[in-house]
This record gives sequence, C-alpha cells and structure tokens, in this order.
Amino acid sequence: MSAPAGSIFSPAAREVASRLGLTMGRANLDEFADALLALARADRDVLVVTSDSRGSGKLGPFGQALADQIVELGIAEQNLVGVAAGLASCGKRVFAVSPACFLTARALEQIKNDVAYSDHPVKVIGISAGVSYGALGSTHHSLHDLAALRAIHNIDLVVPADNFETRKAIETVAKTTKPVYLRFGKAPLYDLHATHARFQIGKAITLRQGDDMAFIATGETVIHALLAAEALREQGLSSRVISMHTVKPLDADAVVSAGRECRAVVTVEEHSIFGGLGEACAAVLLQAGHRPGLKIVGIPDEYTVTGSQADIFRHYGISMEGLAQAAMTLVK
Amino acid sequence: MPLSDRQLALNSIRYRRRIIEIIKRAGAGHTGGSLSCVDILNVLYNRVLRVSPDTFNSPDRDRYIQSKGHSVEALFVVLADRGFFPDAQLETLCQYKSHFVGHPTRKVPGIEQNTGALGHGLSFGVGAAIAGKRDGRDYGVFTLLGDGELAEGSNWEAAMAAGHYGLDNLVAIVDHNTLQITGRTREVCCNEPLDEKFRAFKWEVRTVDGHSIPALSEVLTARPHRRPVAIIANTIKGKGVSFMEDVAKWHHGVPTDGEYAAATKELDQMLAQAEARA
Repeated sequence: MSAPAGSIFSPAAREVASRLGLTMGRANLDEFADALLALARADRDVLVVTSDSRGSGKLGPFGQALADQIVELGIAEQNLVGVAAGLASCGKRVFAVSPACFLTARALEQIKNDVAYSDHPVKVIGISAGVSYGALGSTHHSLHDLAALRAIHNIDLVVPADNFETRKAIETVAKTTKPVYLRFGKAPLYDLHATHARFQIGKAITLRQGDDMAFIATGETVIHALLAAEALREQGLSSRVISMHTVKPLDADAVVSAGRECRAVVTVEEHSIFGGLGEACAAVLLQAGHRPGLKIVGIPDEYTVTGSQADIFRHYGISMEGLAQAAMTLVK
Repeated sequence: MPLSDRQLALNSIRYRRRIIEIIKRAGAGHTGGSLSCVDILNVLYNRVLRVSPDTFNSPDRDRYIQSKGHSVEALFVVLADRGFFPDAQLETLCQYKSHFVGHPTRKVPGIEQNTGALGHGLSFGVGAAIAGKRDGRDYGVFTLLGDGELAEGSNWEAAMAAGHYGLDNLVAIVDHNTLQITGRTREVCCNEPLDEKFRAFKWEVRTVDGHSIPALSEVLTARPHRRPVAIIANTIKGKGVSFMEDVAKWHHGVPTDGEYAAATKELDQMLAQAEARA
C-alpha cells in the first residue's frame, strides 16, 4: 500500500495509525470554517475580516450564507488587523483571517499595538500555517510566528492538533475577552480525541501516558509524535504524548512533570527551532531544575529544503520514523 | 453653554502654555506637533465631538483617534480641561509608573486607542466607522494624522477601504505642518499633493487654516457627507511660540530654562492681550 501523493504520512505510519484505530478526519481549515459559520449564525456580532483570503480560508460558504458578516479589505493585511481592532472596540467578535505567513509578519506591528497592547479581543487566525504551503516556498511559510508573538504581551497562542481541538478552540476563543492567535494548516489529519475530551486554553492534553520518553508536540505535528510513541512501544519504550495546543500561556506543570518523570523529552513543532515551543519548554525545564535529555525538533535555521509539506516534514524528521529515531538517540 | 470663538481662542493660548509646562517638567515631549494640532483638538473637544467623561463608555459617543500619537501632550491637556481626569495628573507625564506616557494609551480616561507607531489610527477608525454603520448608530469617527505620517503605506490601505465602503461617518484630519523630524516633508520624501491622493481614493477633501477657530469649526461640523472626508489643515509646527515656529528641531525639542521663560512670557503676553480685547 502506498500513501497518496503528498501525504504527510508514510505507508508505515498509516499502518500504525490503523493499528491504533485512528480514523482520518479532515483539514483543520474545514473544521474552522464550519465552526465559525455556526457561531456567526447564532450571533450577528460575529464578524470575519478577510484580505482576499476567503477562498484560502474556506470561507466561501460563509460569505454566501452571511454576506453582511464578512468584511473584505483586499490584499492589505496591516489594514485587516487595524480594522479588526476598531470593530472589536465597538463590541464586535472579530475573526481576522489571513495566511499566517503574511498576517504575522506584515501585520506584526498591528497585532502588537492595535490588538495586544490596546487590549482588543480580536481573534487573529493564521491559516495555512507553518509549511502548509510547502512548495510555494519560504515567502509562504510561517516559521517565525510563534517566536515573534511569544515575545508580545497579552495574546494567547493556540495551535490545535486535530478537528476536535480546532472546533473547541474556536468555540472557546469566541467567548474570551483576550486577544488570541490561532494557527493551523490545511492537510487532512487523523482524529486524536474522543468528542468528550476536555479542552481548556493553557491546559495541555496528555494523549498517552509513559515514562521513558515524553513527546511534547503542538499542532499538526502531534499525530506524528503519537505514531512514534506507538512505534517505540514495540521496541520496549513507553512514551508520553502531550498535545501542547496552547503555546502561550504554556502549561508549565505538564512540562515539568514530563521532565521529572521521563528520561528524555522530545519537543515537536512546525516552526523554527528558535523561539517556539521547544525553547519555551527548555526554559521551563531548566528553571525548574530538570535536565532530561532534550531534543527540539522543528525547522532548523537554514534555507528551508524545497518540496511539499510532506517532503519538508520528512526531511527534518517531523514524522513517525524521524521522531522515533530522535527518541532512540536520546535514551540509548 | 457653548463656548464662543473668543473663548476658544483663549483656550488655545492656555493649552499651549500648559503643553510647554508639562513638557518642560517631564523633560521630554513632542513640542512642535502638539503646538501645531492643538487648535484642531480645541475645536473638536469643545465644539464638535459628542463625548464627555460621562458618555465615554456610551456606544453612541463620537470617536477621536489620534493617529499621530506623538503629539499626545496636546491631547492630554485638552482632555484634562474637558474633565476626563484632574489636570494635576499631568505633572506625572513620563514618570515612573505613570499612565501618562509619551504616546496615548487607553489607561488614560478619554483615550480610544493606543497609538504612537505611525500609520495605525486610520485603520482603527475604519473599523469603528464600519461598526457604526452596521449598528445604525450615527456617531462620527475622527482621526488626526500627521503629514509626515502619511508616508506609512498602511494609511493608504485604510484610505482605500474607507473609500470603497463610502464611510461618510469617517473624518481624517491631516495636521499639515509640512515638517517632520528630519526636515521639510516634501524634501524628506515628498508625499504631496495630499488632496489629490485622497480624492483618488474616493474621499471628499477640504483644505482649511488649521489655526482658525471659525474655519476649523465650519469644516468639522459640516454634515452630511457622502463619502469619507479628509481635512487638510494647514498648520505651523511650533505655532504660538515665535522661536519654535516652523523649525524642525522643535519636533521633540525640550526648552532650556531660558527658552521656557521666553516661551511662557510670550504666551502670557498673548493671553493678556487677547483677554483685554473685548
């Protein structure tokens, strides 16, 4: 059996997923679009602001169903975020939707000043984040967004791992009065959670218990960590898998427990290894006095290898095989 | 009781003196731009804006967003005069733990939006104006921009959206003092003609003497509009203190003791003469 072209899962990974009973869901982007439409139908003050991005945001149906709840601003991300802040200041529940690569670089100052510093509860939605756009090249990758935004006060950073986390994240942030940045990709993903799982901003979800290894992963890398944990089980290692869906505020308790109770920690993120989840965890562990073996898996500081998202993941070891290998290196 | 033109003219002189005082005391501030825009703020807060300390949280209030945030001293002085906070609090300008920092923040009563980085206020205003239209509220949204600030491209993104949506509840006032920190705006990187640019973005444009109380009052109260309105207010940086007028170094110059004495003396004489005129 061969994986479909461009799949981020190898045939072996699919077999492991099948053994775990995982079923394939859809892209988080699709889940986001439906969740948002449901919210907006129930509240006319829910507004979506787009920068010629309703197609990439799967917001076509939203635009057709609720034309007066979508504000189109053209290809102008700075204005997108500033307008979103102005709308939010008048009591609107605003989702500012644009590709993460542009939204968090071009409009970083608007996120910093107009939203976070001015404390308007805009939901900044970075779509097709990380290397989702793969072969379109580095202009379209967002490997900096978590690092840049972690250093900005008063904005939560949420990176859902599957459809369930995406839906819960959208429903949760719609109610909060704090600025938030949500980022996700567009590749179909396995469902990781039962629908009754508990989702809370700032509280990691432990998908699997274990005490040899701990994988602390975020967003669409979590599935690869889970598959690696299963692969390692066959080699006699027990692995904890944590979905760190909130990168800020980080669930420090979950990180410290992992560092205290496990021999080694592997962090995984679709982001630069600088300034993201891995370094955040390392800072927590060291300051808590724990020094487990540690490997930060992500995109290294180099011109990112060219290719599809699947190619890039495989190249940098964001895969079942790559993560199992990283773990074995730490505990051998 | 509405204030007369004469009373507003007296206000302007008192405001200018207070701006110089608080900047001198703080040892920091944007003197030139505060002096160029203070007549505009005077007319807005004393004659145009339907907002007061009591109504500041009303969804129907008029909004004022100072995009050229560096001229915050003028805004602080006018807000204090309008009763948003005690004037004595301005003694803490730029001090440790004071909310009165060198650019507007919402920690200060009466401030709508944190500004200071240039090119942000107009987009925020577009958002507030779209919200007003959606909600059927008749408030106006007023933003104050610097002419040097208009080099920031984000202003033109916002101008395009305002024109596209025909936001007749939005007014952008340009404090057109023709100077920025380095020198003449047209020599630094020319962005003239501003009126033609705004017209091209589907705005109505009016040009006015930015130090004339009657002229400012006329253009700022004129309604209804059919489009967003840009008011090019021709001003003089440092207006009111002869040696500061039209001199770029006063962008964020703080007067020495001698300059402070000379400036306050000049303003005091101006006030005495104005008061003497019946």
